[in-house]
Amino acid sequence: MDNRSSVEIFTEWDIVAARQLGRNEAKNSGFGTVDQARITTAISELARNIYLYAGKGKIEIERLSTDGMKGMTIIASDEGPGIPDLRKVMEDGFSTSGGLGAGMPGVKRLMDDFKVESEVGKGTTITATKWLR
Amino acid sequence: MPQEVGKQYSELLRKYITHEDETDLYAAQQVSRKFIEKKISPEEVISLHKTSVEQIFPDLSSRIGPSYDFLIEIMIHYGLALMEHQSLVRKQEAMQIEMDVAVKVQDMLLETTVPKVDGLDIGIVSKPAKKMSGDYVYFIEQGNKEACVAVADVMGKGLPAALCMSMIKFGMDSLREKATEPHHVLEVINQIVEKSMDDSMFISMFYGKYVESTSTFTFGSAGHEPALLYRAEEDRFVELDAKGLLLGIRKDVDFQQKSVELATGDFIVMLTDGVTEGRNAEGFIEEEVILDMLRDVKNLPAQQIVDYLYTELFKMQNYMLHDDFTLVLFKKE
Repeated sequence: MDNRSSVEIFTEWDIVAARQLGRNEAKNSGFGTVDQARITTAISELARNIYLYAGKGKIEIERLSTDGMKGMTIIASDEGPGIPDLRKVMEDGFSTSGGLGAGMPGVKRLMDDFKVESEVGKGTTITATKWLR
Repeated sequence: MPQEVGKQYSELLRKYITHEDETDLYAAQQVSRKFIEKKISPEEVISLHKTSVEQIFPDLSSRIGPSYDFLIEIMIHYGLALMEHQSLVRKQEAMQIEMDVAVKVQDMLLETTVPKVDGLDIGIVSKPAKKMSGDYVYFIEQGNKEACVAVADVMGKGLPAALCMSMIKFGMDSLREKATEPHHVLEVINQIVEKSMDDSMFISMFYGKYVESTSTFTFGSAGHEPALLYRAEEDRFVELDAKGLLLGIRKDVDFQQKSVELATGDFIVMLTDGVTEGRNAEGFIEEEVILDMLRDVKNLPAQQIVDYLYTELFKMQNYMLHDDFTLVLFKKE
């Protein structure tokens, strides 16, 4: 069985496609309505960041099953400008105050595990996982 | 989410739908408190509501179910905003603790003792508008014979301001045994401040020295508010001002120095702009109002005069301080 599926992000419509994929996967993995909405919102935020700041990139969804734990991982990657000040974007109030959305701290809160790797001029990869309880 | 509260919610909702009784709404309020306590997010409450409604009206669930899913989606961001708010509140609490430490440091660093000089009655009140003051008062006493005072207003707040104040203090302390002529003290402190502080930091300062043997008050000013001298015999106020640039702007500055002789009943009021620029609903409080108040209580001891003035001005400003408020009064007995 293929555990991975992905959506390329070029236009705003692709954000919707990524959301749809994420919601279906979340549903099939057994997540409840609220967690489905949380995962979808996280995907939406990550895809939107790609669309707004990198221009293009990819959202990958991976179903997890390890040590009896089931879950879902979102991998958002782009080859955009990268994040110069990680600490700042992870700060509360940095993006929300400007109405930019939930921002990185929001995505981190929506998911269980969260990891950012970013290099200025090379791109950004964000990995976020939600476990089924 | 704990099953217990979920069940409670469901039962309560069913009861309310049947009777529409205020008692149930009151109970709902208690439940809502419990939810907040248990950190149950808005979207989870809606999900709970959806489940409950579907149980109560099974035949409706397929029709109204999606509308709740829609609402859950909408509420996700509210939930995030709430969490962010809570985290910012916690951060603020942590900063408050740091601030309290800074205030303690300031208080410790800037402690001063009111001099006891024969024939001179001294009163002081200094109230910060916020936690840390930008106003600073420091006294030096020379064996019951002389009293020196610096009244300063540091433009800038917080720890940098407190550090500036400690410079003034150490400057004055180091000059204690040598020349305590106001123009000299101002020159030395200006050099210290100019050298050590960045360009955005300025201090205005009034420095005065009272000598018991001659009843003279000698003073200089670094761009500070003029002091007020009350002449008891003539029942009139005179401004005490001397030329001088703010501290910390230029390295070599000359400060003018002047002297006045005090007669019995005369008093000098040194202040900061928090006193003269007090505001009430109609605008700035007129200087004339302040002078009249001083006249009213001129026969009281120095400390009572300044306390009275502070209380009255505080009332006039609707019990709010817009700026740090400092008054020092030297009264010749």
